[in-house]
Amino acid sequence: MPEHSSHLASGPGRVLVAVYGVLGIAATGRSAVQLLGEPGRAPLAYSLSLLAAVIYLVATASLLRSTPAARRVALGACTVEAVGVLVVGALTYAAPDLFPDKTVWSHFGQGYGFLPLVLPFLGLAWLRRTSPAVRG
Amino acid sequence: MALVLVLTGVAVVATVVMIVRDVSPPGDPYFLLLGALVLALLAQVVVGIMALVATDADVDAPTFVAYLFTALLVVPVGAALALVERSRWGSVVLLVALLTVAAMQLRLDSLWSVAGA
Repeated sequence: MPEHSSHLASGPGRVLVAVYGVLGIAATGRSAVQLLGEPGRAPLAYSLSLLAAVIYLVATASLLRSTPAARRVALGACTVEAVGVLVVGALTYAAPDLFPDKTVWSHFGQGYGFLPLVLPFLGLAWLRRTSPAVRG
Repeated sequence: MALVLVLTGVAVVATVVMIVRDVSPPGDPYFLLLGALVLALLAQVVVGIMALVATDADVDAPTFVAYLFTALLVVPVGAALALVERSRWGSVVLLVALLTVAAMQLRLDSLWSVAGA
Protein backbone atom coordinates (compact mmCIF):
# COMPACT_ATOMS: atom_id res chain seq x y z
CA MET A 1 0.00 0.00 0.00
CA PRO A 2 1.53 3.34 -1.00
CA GLU A 3 1.98 5.57 2.02
CA HIS A 4 1.44 9.28 1.71
CA SER A 5 0.87 11.88 4.34
CA SER A 6 -2.73 12.61 3.43
CA HIS A 7 -3.84 8.99 3.92
CA LEU A 8 -6.50 9.18 6.59
CA ALA A 9 -6.59 5.55 7.69
CA SER A 10 -2.93 4.89 8.47
CA GLY A 11 -0.92 5.27 11.67
CA PRO A 12 -3.06 6.85 14.39
CA GLY A 13 -5.91 6.99 11.85
CA ARG A 14 -6.09 3.20 11.98
CA VAL A 15 -6.84 3.38 15.70
CA LEU A 16 -9.50 6.00 15.05
CA VAL A 17 -11.12 3.73 12.45
CA ALA A 18 -11.04 0.80 14.89
CA VAL A 19 -12.68 2.76 17.71
CA TYR A 20 -15.24 4.27 15.35
CA GLY A 21 -16.01 0.81 14.02
CA VAL A 22 -16.61 -0.58 17.51
CA LEU A 23 -18.80 2.38 18.47
CA GLY A 24 -20.70 2.07 15.17
CA ILE A 25 -21.42 -1.61 15.85
CA ALA A 26 -22.40 -0.85 19.46
CA ALA A 27 -24.77 1.95 18.44
CA THR A 28 -26.28 -0.06 15.57
CA GLY A 29 -26.83 -3.04 17.86
CA ARG A 30 -28.47 -0.93 20.52
CA SER A 31 -30.79 0.91 18.13
CA ALA A 32 -31.76 -2.33 16.36
CA VAL A 33 -32.68 -4.02 19.65
CA GLN A 34 -34.56 -0.92 20.84
CA LEU A 35 -36.50 -0.31 17.63
CA LEU A 36 -37.36 -3.97 17.04
CA GLY A 37 -38.20 -4.51 20.72
CA GLU A 38 -40.35 -1.63 21.93
CA PRO A 39 -40.41 1.17 19.35
CA GLY A 40 -43.17 3.03 21.23
CA ARG A 41 -41.41 3.31 24.57
CA ALA A 42 -39.00 6.13 23.78
CA PRO A 43 -39.33 7.17 20.13
CA LEU A 44 -37.01 10.18 20.43
CA ALA A 45 -34.24 8.28 22.20
CA TYR A 46 -34.43 5.37 19.77
CA SER A 47 -34.46 7.56 16.67
CA LEU A 48 -31.41 9.36 18.00
CA SER A 49 -29.67 6.04 18.64
CA LEU A 50 -30.29 5.04 15.05
CA LEU A 51 -29.09 8.42 13.76
CA ALA A 52 -25.94 8.13 15.88
CA ALA A 53 -25.35 4.59 14.62
CA VAL A 54 -25.62 5.64 10.97
CA ILE A 55 -23.31 8.61 11.51
CA TYR A 56 -20.66 6.47 13.21
CA LEU A 57 -20.74 3.98 10.36
CA VAL A 58 -20.52 6.83 7.80
CA ALA A 59 -17.54 8.27 9.69
CA THR A 60 -15.83 4.86 9.78
CA ALA A 61 -16.31 4.33 6.05
CA SER A 62 -15.18 7.86 5.16
CA LEU A 63 -12.04 7.58 7.27
CA LEU A 64 -11.24 4.30 5.51
CA ARG A 65 -11.73 5.74 2.01
CA SER A 66 -9.87 9.01 2.61
CA THR A 67 -10.58 10.59 -0.77
CA PRO A 68 -11.15 14.37 -0.77
CA ALA A 69 -14.93 13.79 -0.96
CA ALA A 70 -14.80 11.23 1.86
CA ARG A 71 -12.76 13.72 3.88
CA ARG A 72 -15.58 16.25 3.58
CA VAL A 73 -18.14 13.59 4.58
CA ALA A 74 -16.00 12.62 7.59
CA LEU A 75 -15.76 16.28 8.55
CA GLY A 76 -19.56 16.57 8.42
CA ALA A 77 -20.07 13.32 10.36
CA CYS A 78 -17.63 14.32 13.11
CA THR A 79 -19.27 17.74 13.40
CA VAL A 80 -22.76 16.24 13.73
CA GLU A 81 -21.43 13.81 16.36
CA ALA A 82 -19.82 16.61 18.35
CA VAL A 83 -23.01 18.71 18.26
CA GLY A 84 -25.17 15.64 18.95
CA VAL A 85 -23.28 14.48 22.01
CA LEU A 86 -23.15 18.00 23.46
CA VAL A 87 -26.84 18.81 22.86
CA VAL A 88 -28.22 15.40 23.87
CA GLY A 89 -25.77 15.17 26.75
CA ALA A 90 -26.96 18.53 28.09
CA LEU A 91 -30.64 17.68 27.48
CA THR A 92 -30.42 14.40 29.41
CA TYR A 93 -29.44 16.47 32.44
CA ALA A 94 -31.73 19.47 31.79
CA ALA A 95 -34.85 17.61 30.58
CA PRO A 96 -34.54 13.92 31.53
CA ASP A 97 -38.28 13.41 30.79
CA LEU A 98 -37.51 13.63 27.08
CA PHE A 99 -35.40 10.49 27.33
CA PRO A 100 -37.15 7.62 29.13
CA ASP A 101 -34.47 5.28 27.78
CA LYS A 102 -30.79 5.76 27.08
CA THR A 103 -29.10 6.72 23.83
CA VAL A 104 -25.43 6.54 22.93
CA TRP A 105 -25.25 10.28 23.55
CA SER A 106 -27.04 10.30 26.94
CA HIS A 107 -25.10 11.98 29.75
CA PHE A 108 -22.30 12.85 27.30
CA GLY A 109 -21.74 9.19 26.42
CA GLN A 110 -21.24 8.01 29.98
CA GLY A 111 -22.48 4.48 29.18
CA TYR A 112 -19.70 4.15 26.61
CA GLY A 113 -16.81 5.39 28.68
CA PHE A 114 -17.33 8.93 27.35
CA LEU A 115 -15.99 7.75 23.99
CA PRO A 116 -18.82 9.51 22.10
CA LEU A 117 -17.70 12.78 23.69
CA VAL A 118 -14.00 12.37 22.90
CA LEU A 119 -14.11 10.72 19.48
CA PRO A 120 -15.57 13.46 17.28
CA PHE A 121 -12.94 15.92 18.52
CA LEU A 122 -10.15 13.40 17.95
CA GLY A 123 -11.64 12.84 14.49
CA LEU A 124 -11.70 16.55 13.72
CA ALA A 125 -8.14 16.97 15.00
CA TRP A 126 -6.96 14.07 12.87
CA LEU A 127 -8.71 15.43 9.77
CA ARG A 128 -7.03 18.78 10.36
CA ARG A 129 -3.57 17.31 10.92
CA THR A 130 -3.69 15.16 7.80
CA SER A 131 -5.23 17.80 5.59
CA PRO A 132 -3.19 18.02 2.35
CA ALA A 133 -1.45 21.39 1.88
CA VAL A 134 -3.65 24.35 2.82
CA ARG A 135 -3.59 24.84 6.58
CA GLY A 136 -1.20 21.97 7.39
CA MET B 1 -16.12 -16.86 31.74
CA ALA B 2 -13.00 -16.65 33.85
CA LEU B 3 -10.71 -18.15 31.18
CA VAL B 4 -11.64 -15.40 28.70
CA LEU B 5 -10.92 -12.71 31.28
CA VAL B 6 -7.54 -14.24 32.21
CA LEU B 7 -6.45 -14.59 28.57
CA THR B 8 -7.67 -11.06 27.79
CA GLY B 9 -5.78 -9.71 30.79
CA VAL B 10 -2.54 -11.42 29.76
CA ALA B 11 -2.96 -10.20 26.17
CA VAL B 12 -3.62 -6.63 27.37
CA VAL B 13 -0.37 -6.69 29.40
CA ALA B 14 1.56 -8.12 26.44
CA THR B 15 0.08 -5.48 24.14
CA VAL B 16 0.92 -2.60 26.46
CA VAL B 17 4.51 -3.92 26.67
CA MET B 18 4.66 -3.99 22.85
CA ILE B 19 3.35 -0.43 22.63
CA VAL B 20 5.80 0.88 25.23
CA ARG B 21 8.80 -0.93 23.70
CA ASP B 22 7.60 -0.12 20.16
CA VAL B 23 7.77 -3.73 18.97
CA SER B 24 5.78 -4.48 15.83
CA PRO B 25 4.39 -6.53 14.28
CA PRO B 26 3.70 -8.90 17.19
CA GLY B 27 5.57 -12.21 17.27
CA ASP B 28 4.27 -15.77 17.04
CA PRO B 29 3.78 -16.29 20.81
CA TYR B 30 1.49 -13.28 20.83
CA PHE B 31 -0.62 -14.67 18.00
CA LEU B 32 -0.78 -18.05 19.77
CA LEU B 33 -2.16 -16.19 22.78
CA LEU B 34 -4.75 -14.43 20.58
CA GLY B 35 -5.61 -17.80 19.02
CA ALA B 36 -6.22 -19.27 22.48
CA LEU B 37 -8.40 -16.27 23.31
CA VAL B 38 -10.46 -16.73 20.14
CA LEU B 39 -10.97 -20.43 20.99
CA ALA B 40 -12.07 -19.47 24.51
CA LEU B 41 -14.46 -16.89 23.04
CA LEU B 42 -15.83 -19.50 20.64
CA ALA B 43 -16.39 -21.86 23.58
CA GLN B 44 -18.08 -18.98 25.38
CA VAL B 45 -20.52 -18.50 22.48
CA VAL B 46 -21.51 -22.19 22.65
CA VAL B 47 -21.71 -22.32 26.47
CA GLY B 48 -23.47 -18.94 26.61
CA ILE B 49 -26.20 -19.90 24.13
CA MET B 50 -26.71 -23.27 25.86
CA ALA B 51 -27.06 -21.51 29.23
CA LEU B 52 -29.47 -19.02 27.67
CA VAL B 53 -31.68 -21.83 26.36
CA ALA B 54 -31.54 -23.67 29.70
CA THR B 55 -32.32 -20.74 32.01
CA ASP B 56 -35.80 -19.70 33.13
CA ALA B 57 -34.66 -16.18 34.01
CA ASP B 58 -35.65 -13.26 31.80
CA VAL B 59 -32.27 -12.56 30.21
CA ASP B 60 -32.24 -10.03 27.31
CA ALA B 61 -31.49 -12.73 24.73
CA PRO B 62 -30.81 -10.72 21.52
CA THR B 63 -28.39 -8.39 23.32
CA PHE B 64 -26.71 -11.28 25.12
CA VAL B 65 -26.10 -13.19 21.88
CA ALA B 66 -24.94 -10.02 20.10
CA TYR B 67 -22.33 -9.42 22.84
CA LEU B 68 -21.16 -13.04 22.61
CA PHE B 69 -20.52 -12.70 18.88
CA THR B 70 -19.05 -9.18 19.07
CA ALA B 71 -16.47 -10.40 21.58
CA LEU B 72 -15.61 -13.31 19.28
CA LEU B 73 -15.29 -11.25 16.08
CA VAL B 74 -13.47 -8.18 17.37
CA VAL B 75 -10.20 -10.06 18.01
CA PRO B 76 -9.60 -11.38 14.46
CA VAL B 77 -10.57 -7.99 13.00
CA GLY B 78 -8.16 -6.22 15.36
CA ALA B 79 -5.40 -8.71 14.53
CA ALA B 80 -5.95 -8.18 10.78
CA LEU B 81 -5.75 -4.39 11.19
CA ALA B 82 -2.59 -4.78 13.28
CA LEU B 83 -0.94 -6.87 10.56
CA VAL B 84 -1.73 -4.22 7.94
CA GLU B 85 -0.56 -1.36 10.18
CA ARG B 86 2.94 -2.50 11.13
CA SER B 87 3.72 0.23 13.59
CA ARG B 88 3.08 1.08 17.20
CA TRP B 89 -0.42 2.15 16.12
CA GLY B 90 -1.17 -1.40 15.04
CA SER B 91 -0.59 -2.53 18.62
CA VAL B 92 -2.89 0.24 19.86
CA VAL B 93 -5.60 -1.18 17.58
CA LEU B 94 -5.07 -4.58 19.25
CA LEU B 95 -5.40 -2.92 22.64
CA VAL B 96 -8.70 -1.36 21.54
CA ALA B 97 -9.93 -4.79 20.39
CA LEU B 98 -8.92 -6.45 23.69
CA LEU B 99 -10.54 -3.73 25.78
CA THR B 100 -13.70 -4.24 23.72
CA VAL B 101 -13.61 -7.94 24.66
CA ALA B 102 -13.24 -6.96 28.33
CA ALA B 103 -16.17 -4.54 28.03
CA MET B 104 -18.30 -7.28 26.42
CA GLN B 105 -17.44 -9.64 29.30
CA LEU B 106 -18.59 -7.10 31.85
CA ARG B 107 -21.80 -6.40 29.94
CA LEU B 108 -22.53 -10.13 29.54
CA ASP B 109 -22.01 -10.60 33.25
CA SER B 110 -24.30 -7.70 34.18
CA LEU B 111 -27.02 -8.82 31.72
CA TRP B 112 -26.95 -12.22 33.39
CA SER B 113 -27.02 -10.95 36.97
CA VAL B 114 -29.66 -8.24 36.33
CA ALA B 115 -32.01 -11.01 35.19
CA GLY B 116 -31.24 -12.88 38.40
CA ALA B 117 -30.09 -15.97 36.56
